[in-house]
Amino acid sequence: MARMSLNVNGRDVSADVPDATLLVELLREHLDLRGVHVGCDTSQCGACSVLVDGRSVKSCTMFAGEADGSSVTTIEGLADGAELHPMQQAFRECHALQCGFCTPGMVLSAIDLLERQPDPGESEIREWLEGNLCRCTGYHNIVEAVKSCAAAQRS
Amino acid sequence: MAIGQSVKRKEDARFLTGRGVYTDDINRPGQLHAVIVRSPLPHARIAGIDAGETLAAEGVVAVFTGADMAADGVGSLPCGWLIHNKDGSEMVEPPHPPLVAERVRHVGDQVAVVIAETRAQAKRAAQLLDVDYEDLDAVVSCADATEDGAPLVWDEAPGNTCYDWELGDREATDAAFERAAQVVELDLVNNRLVPNAMEPRAAIGEYDPAGGNYTLTTTSQAPHVVRLLMGAFVLNLPEHKLRVVAPDVGGGFGSKIFHYAEEAIVTWAAGKLARPVKWTAERSESFVSDAHGRDHVSHAELAVDEQGQFLGLRVRTVANMGAYLSTFATSIPTYLYATLLAGCYRTPAIYCEVRSVFTNTVPVDAYRGAGRPEAAYLLERLVDKAARQLGIDRIELRRRNFIPKDAFPYATPVALEYDTGDYEATLDLALSQADWDGFESRREEAAARGKLRGIGASTYVEACGIAPSAVAGALGARAGLYESAVVRVHPTGSVSVLTGSHSHGQGHETTFAQIVADRLGVDIDAVEVVHGDTEIIPFGMGTYGSRSLAVGGSALFKALDKVVAKGKKIAAHMLEAAADDIEFADGQFKVAGTESSVALDEVAFAAYVPHDYPIEELEPGLEETAFYDPANFTFPAGCHICEVEIDPETGAVELVGVTVADDVGRVINPMIVEGQIHGGLAQGIGQALLENCVYDENGQLLTSSFMNYAMPRAADLPSFDVGHHVTPCTHNPLGVKGVGEVGSIGVPPAVINAVLDALAPLGVGDIEMPATPERVWRAIRDARAAG
Amino acid sequence: MQDFALHRPTSAAAAVETCRGCDEGRYLAGGQSLIPMMKLDLALPSDLVSLAGIAELSGIRREGETLTIGAAETHAAVAESAEVAGAIPALAGLAARIGDAQVRNRGTLGGSIAHADPAADYPAALLALGAAIVTDRREIEAESFFAGPYETALEAGELIRAARFPIPEAAAYAKFPQPASKFALVGVFLARTAEGVRVAVTGAATTVFRADAIEQALERSFEASALDGLEIPPDGLTDNLDASAEYRAHLIGAMTRRALTAI
Repeated sequence: MARMSLNVNGRDVSADVPDATLLVELLREHLDLRGVHVGCDTSQCGACSVLVDGRSVKSCTMFAGEADGSSVTTIEGLADGAELHPMQQAFRECHALQCGFCTPGMVLSAIDLLERQPDPGESEIREWLEGNLCRCTGYHNIVEAVKSCAAAQRS
Repeated sequence: MAIGQSVKRKEDARFLTGRGVYTDDINRPGQLHAVIVRSPLPHARIAGIDAGETLAAEGVVAVFTGADMAADGVGSLPCGWLIHNKDGSEMVEPPHPPLVAERVRHVGDQVAVVIAETRAQAKRAAQLLDVDYEDLDAVVSCADATEDGAPLVWDEAPGNTCYDWELGDREATDAAFERAAQVVELDLVNNRLVPNAMEPRAAIGEYDPAGGNYTLTTTSQAPHVVRLLMGAFVLNLPEHKLRVVAPDVGGGFGSKIFHYAEEAIVTWAAGKLARPVKWTAERSESFVSDAHGRDHVSHAELAVDEQGQFLGLRVRTVANMGAYLSTFATSIPTYLYATLLAGCYRTPAIYCEVRSVFTNTVPVDAYRGAGRPEAAYLLERLVDKAARQLGIDRIELRRRNFIPKDAFPYATPVALEYDTGDYEATLDLALSQADWDGFESRREEAAARGKLRGIGASTYVEACGIAPSAVAGALGARAGLYESAVVRVHPTGSVSVLTGSHSHGQGHETTFAQIVADRLGVDIDAVEVVHGDTEIIPFGMGTYGSRSLAVGGSALFKALDKVVAKGKKIAAHMLEAAADDIEFADGQFKVAGTESSVALDEVAFAAYVPHDYPIEELEPGLEETAFYDPANFTFPAGCHICEVEIDPETGAVELVGVTVADDVGRVINPMIVEGQIHGGLAQGIGQALLENCVYDENGQLLTSSFMNYAMPRAADLPSFDVGHHVTPCTHNPLGVKGVGEVGSIGVPPAVINAVLDALAPLGVGDIEMPATPERVWRAIRDARAAG
Repeated sequence: MQDFALHRPTSAAAAVETCRGCDEGRYLAGGQSLIPMMKLDLALPSDLVSLAGIAELSGIRREGETLTIGAAETHAAVAESAEVAGAIPALAGLAARIGDAQVRNRGTLGGSIAHADPAADYPAALLALGAAIVTDRREIEAESFFAGPYETALEAGELIRAARFPIPEAAAYAKFPQPASKFALVGVFLARTAEGVRVAVTGAATTVFRADAIEQALERSFEASALDGLEIPPDGLTDNLDASAEYRAHLIGAMTRRALTAI
């Protein structure tokens, strides 16, 4: 059992959880952030992706204790009130989601990409998103959304 | 006009902000957690179960076995479609208990449930359960199952045969072969797939002792079907005491239509323990407990004359059912497969035999396309092979045999009547979009880079919205195939729609709202589409077979008609005119030929506040229910073209172009329609190039996780070029056909035909799906060795 | 997952000390392999000693003809490092294609080589470049570091501090990924150094190895034609669901040619 403090979606939180607690368990079960989804048990699908200190990580493959002192952003922390984050907006405009299950991880992963590379080409986008599986969209519109968000942010 | 517009989706607001509520997001006070103990063996007798250590483990509340459920009178998970053998006898239909008591029949079979205060405790305790298994020999593949002396999965199924079924006129077909100039033969395997919706299945059972009411919250595409099957056949609960809720569901693709054991287990256990019981699958569990798809082995023969006219088609298929009959398993390789073997062609005589077999593998059932991809793959591979064998251009050969657009309605020799279509139109559109004629220069350019470039097409037809109920019933369906809708116009004019058609990615909440907005002239934001709760929705047959819009949308249209009809009567009273003189458009009831009108919201208000109302003739309120039972299937069709480049050194296939032209009937929301096509294409391409569910010869699943089952990723796919040509469906009021499955049906043969086109110069004539780099490399090497 | 105690020391010495005092202690680097194994109960540590907060395990620096990368540097950091790109661009390229973006954001050089997955990418680079693995107690040549599948020359509690790469004249890495896991079905790292040509192969066998026959051929002539007629025997190569030994043998040649083209 360890006490940890971290900043989640701009809010300082502390929690006492067993050391074997995964970050995703802390977020979903202790902090009730149910937008963080679990789609596999082998660290492949990326539905649980969140940003830790600005970088996308699979929260099922990181212990909560490792995030002590970090700042974590989940899908719930992106919109500014009623105003969607530009990436969320682009996903909506481009119909880049269907069932919505992979969407939180996909959006956060795409945000990480544009932080690193504001003007990615199509193959860069597709390669970057290899850590996020989507079974609904065929990725076509996700790629369009990332392109469109990148273009909007550059202008 | 809301219809035809790419309206942005209403449901996105919650999904984009993490506010979707999926089953595993729900927790109930006092909730317990269930973990299923599953068989590690493909086939074994359970000699004994010692739950001592498990029961003693921390947090454990209960352990239940198959014996416990059987002792409580729990029944068998039913199969929804009875198939008759050639001789008229019924198929073998073995029992399918939620927990097995005597004999496990596949890796992952349910042996016991461990219920504890936390999930971690249940998981730990489940590992302590001591099950004594006596190993039995297993059969895995279609080939194994049909061998003489093969071990039997079910003692009551000799030869492991579930049924031996036929469709078509055997004599006429044999006669066609006798006068054929040439016969084209092909053996093919339709590879077994794991559906892998991104949300793993989950279920929460609840029991309220005060009223004796049960609630099941589950990841289902068809909550009413689950209520019917589980209530009537498994747990013996009447519908009014059983509520089934399917909240947000993270994709289904068929795999969440079926009634699964875990749903019955948590509901039953909740009753036993009088506490909510929750189960959520881990992905590795999904691989061995979600119904798989496809798994056919076929031999096909096409008889042709000198001009390339198809004279007859003869097909023999062995279909793998797995160890048990899942809900719709038996209908897939029969009425959803053999009936599609005419494709787009005028083949006058067709005969198909299907032997379905039991094996010691996970049950096989509908997966996106369900039978129709298997038919399209067989036919479109065969047509390409015929073209090569006859020396006729493959596009020309298709044109020669197409059902012409003036021949509809067209009755095929395999039981369907196509209402409409224009196969030349979608073919021409796709050819021009893909620049088919300019391909040779691209092949040369690729060759200069050391790459083998190929192009391939498929022209497919499919059948959606299985119907009508009476016909399906005569063919063995044990359920109706209609859909229901309620349109509730509220007193101030906003509208709730209750639909039996569940949405789990398809965007019903938007598309259905567009239909309402269009018909009633209300703002789309004034429409709420409600689905997924048997307590609220009158009835529903669920979402599968691309039926939602054609069947559910038509039910909605009918209910809207009734609302308008009633509204006219109310308006007639308000406007002091005859109801027959009232016209309704753009939300206004108007006396024909006058400026006298009243708005929908005023009519609704009058209906709910009937101070001045024709109360003797008309009930108050403005709410209508409709059930719609379609007159026929709908028949989407189209042409898919793929272009590939193969690295001859590694065998790696790069898909460089995907161009499709589909006729899905009238389009309500082009954005959503294209999204559906994209998704189907990705799954079809996955089948053709990446995905393969592999068991070893002993019955262990080798591809048991995303580490070794290759799901299509973003970098595996190109962008898609999607075009439409519309011939409206003639028998439903919206003119719609269905779009959910066209991608997964049309594209696999187009990919493989392209691969074979690229390899043809090397002398390669055949390759199996998925066309992995190693398979392609081997094909090239073997062809070179053969010289 | 079995419970354990997580320790977060701030110095390498403290990490080694903590691990020594544990029953079944293991170092936790990026956790991208260890955590999935723990979920499957394939690893059951009593204690995990996190290396994330130890500054001395980080850092990428070039000194003369040697590039030193701290064990705790993530794959993303190596991929993005101008220092690495300048000294051994093939190494930056390798790091940029490990796993996926999220794995690269967490996974580290030290973690990867300590785990010694037979299909991991880094071991090929270390072996081909003749790198040295610097631990808390010694330096180990890559040649004698990778002992078998998931086995290394590390002693119990021995901590990797860094890897030291001699900068080659030229190098390239070509990888043919397994489509599901993105690990190497076959990866070939090719390096030309003052001492000669070194070719290391990952993914093809139970552990990374040097392809002697290819090295000799390329010593004679450093171009693709040198490989003509050279048969790589499939004996001893991995033969499983992902690929046959025969195909892997073929891919070793194909990836070597691809690497040669990239140089």
